Amino acid sequence: MSAYKKIDENDYKAILSIVPEERVLYKDNINEEYSHDELSSERSYPDIVARVTSAEEVSKLMAYAKEHNIVVTPRGAGTGLVGASVAVEHGLMIDMTLMNHILELDEKNLTLTVEPGVLLMEIAAYVEERGFFYPPDPGEKSATIGGNISTNAGGMRAVKYGVTRDFVRGLEVVLTDGTILHLGGKVVKNSSGYDIKDMIIGSEGTLGIVTKAILKLLPLPRKNVSLLIPYPTLAQAIGTVPLIIASKAIPTAIEFMEREVILDAEKYLGRKFPDNQADAYLLLKFDGNTMEEIASYYDDTAQICLEQGAIDILIADTDERSESIWKARGAFLEAIKGSTTEMDEVDVVVPRSRVNEFVEFVHGLQKEMGVRIKLFGHAGDGNLHVYILRDDLSKEDWKKVLDATMERMYNHARDLDGQVSGEHGIGLAKRPYLKESLQPEDIALMRRIKTAFDPTNILNPHKVCED
Amino acid sequence: MEILVCIKQVPGSNKVEVDSVTGVLKRDGADSKMNPYDLYALEVGLELREQYGGKVSVLTMGPPQAKAVLYEAFAMGADEGALITDRKFGGADVLATSYTVSQGIKKFGKFDLILCGLQTTDGDTAQVGPEVSETLGIPCVCNVSAIGAVKAGGITVMMDMPEDIEEVKVSFPCLLTVQKDIMQPRLPSYKLKKATEKRGIQMFTLQDMEDTDEHHYGLNGSPTQVQRIFPPTSDKVQQKLEGTSAEMADQLYRILKKKKFTA
Repeated sequence: MSAYKKIDENDYKAILSIVPEERVLYKDNINEEYSHDELSSERSYPDIVARVTSAEEVSKLMAYAKEHNIVVTPRGAGTGLVGASVAVEHGLMIDMTLMNHILELDEKNLTLTVEPGVLLMEIAAYVEERGFFYPPDPGEKSATIGGNISTNAGGMRAVKYGVTRDFVRGLEVVLTDGTILHLGGKVVKNSSGYDIKDMIIGSEGTLGIVTKAILKLLPLPRKNVSLLIPYPTLAQAIGTVPLIIASKAIPTAIEFMEREVILDAEKYLGRKFPDNQADAYLLLKFDGNTMEEIASYYDDTAQICLEQGAIDILIADTDERSESIWKARGAFLEAIKGSTTEMDEVDVVVPRSRVNEFVEFVHGLQKEMGVRIKLFGHAGDGNLHVYILRDDLSKEDWKKVLDATMERMYNHARDLDGQVSGEHGIGLAKRPYLKESLQPEDIALMRRIKTAFDPTNILNPHKVCED
Repeated sequence: MEILVCIKQVPGSNKVEVDSVTGVLKRDGADSKMNPYDLYALEVGLELREQYGGKVSVLTMGPPQAKAVLYEAFAMGADEGALITDRKFGGADVLATSYTVSQGIKKFGKFDLILCGLQTTDGDTAQVGPEVSETLGIPCVCNVSAIGAVKAGGITVMMDMPEDIEEVKVSFPCLLTVQKDIMQPRLPSYKLKKATEKRGIQMFTLQDMEDTDEHHYGLNGSPTQVQRIFPPTSDKVQQKLEGTSAEMADQLYRILKKKKFTA
């Protein structure tokens, strides 16, 4: 028996008085996509979906939901991987994707003000066309910025630039009672009390609903060069990374990839990767204002790689060449997904000096557990994406082997001083592992924070730190 | 096998802008690259060399800074390079360019196979390749989409025609223009770049040519006059589907079927 009120005809009418009928989906009109996210096997339909267009609508909906004890789940593009936007208690889903306007580019303050439903790729295109740069670069470009903020998404440029949190200056947030809060702003520095903004970032829609964001921009580096570095073994490739970092080089990205995953991407995209001579690769990207400047950065790095056994260093210095590599890199998740029947993922982050140990452990685990495991990831920031594939295992066997494999991986990541999630978040799927990895007092404090924001627990319950 | 690949230096950006007032291409002299289509021709040459042995030479025409594309080709694995350059070659249309390039080829050596990209990203005419073959008096196959076997003094290729694909056997010496995506071009190698950065290249000026009559070159040798250059109008059409998942899937299927993306 749910602790929440089930949506009835009266609620439907009340919601229609806030959001016009053409933007409300009720019962059979709710598309299947609203019942799940990108990966989580968790499926649950909301009773009603409101496609909002303003903070005022969100505010009125929240106030109504709170008054009537209706559970609310906010949702962006649904590209999450841990079930954070799945309406496990049904109720009202607030779809933020129509709030998709870029509101202001402030060139004097280097900020971009956006609504939460703007897609990451739209932000990139908009600012880059005008000579600006929004560095966070998660693989999923069709995610909304609201979703990125909710998971504190990281992406491939984190090595040099940091993650989403580092590029959010201000937020407008609707609290569960309908209050519209303005947090932070266009200011560069801020020591004005507790930073509630930073608490909202990464809270996966459990503390409030983001209705506007002020993002920090940088001037766009004019040029970039990617280096694709083939190695005879993955151990040699990953072993080079701490040396590159210690050499004080500043690549924007250091990714590692194995031949197997590249072959999956080739098959998925129907086009060849520009190199096939090696079993393992590092992919580095450097940016700067001239090709000469960039070449001066990567010369030392190239020497380090060759000393560590790299077969060669391949230079992608034009849009076409970069695209031939990064398109494959961007397709890894979908390609792996397409190679099996079902999969689940681990998004652990370990100290960068220990990536190699973790990768070797995963390779061993594959044989030991008798399940296919594929991995790639951000060698430069220690964030690994590991995918456990079901293939033709029966449902029971799959569950058993998946749980055991997950358990082993999270335990090992903990032993290496790592964390449960680097960028995908906790949502529904990773709660047990978060609980195991943090101190009980830490979880208890998180729950008290949740209660402070949402005393009646109507906003996205059962997620992150809750049972 | 002696293989020659003709390459060209083009503006580095994909977005070549046209000045709306003067109608002239806005070229940023400092920012240039090898014509992306030529990368495919070079890749075909390098793979044929790997399979059948021989040598891959590269030839370009342009101002002195165009030799950058020759060094880029060396970093990809080309063996030798030559630059056709002379102020008197400036302002050439496709006819004069083709004539100049064929004069340069005669000077450069004897080749079994000459490879060109289908077209360039700046001029976009796709005519220089076939006109070079015409001037040299050798057979030419355009729009080559796949390479077959090399034997008995010739090569078998697939020629992509509007309605069908023809398998063609052509004898050496011959010229092929290859399509985009015929093979995935390799990336330049840092090791090769370092090893070839001091390699000499041959330079051919008007005085080096068999025909030194300057009326056959550059602006003087060009019957074409460009009246106006303007950006094409965009034909991007967006269509939004609405309805339930099943209805939208049905609509999408009908559109794809109508447009022949699916049977």
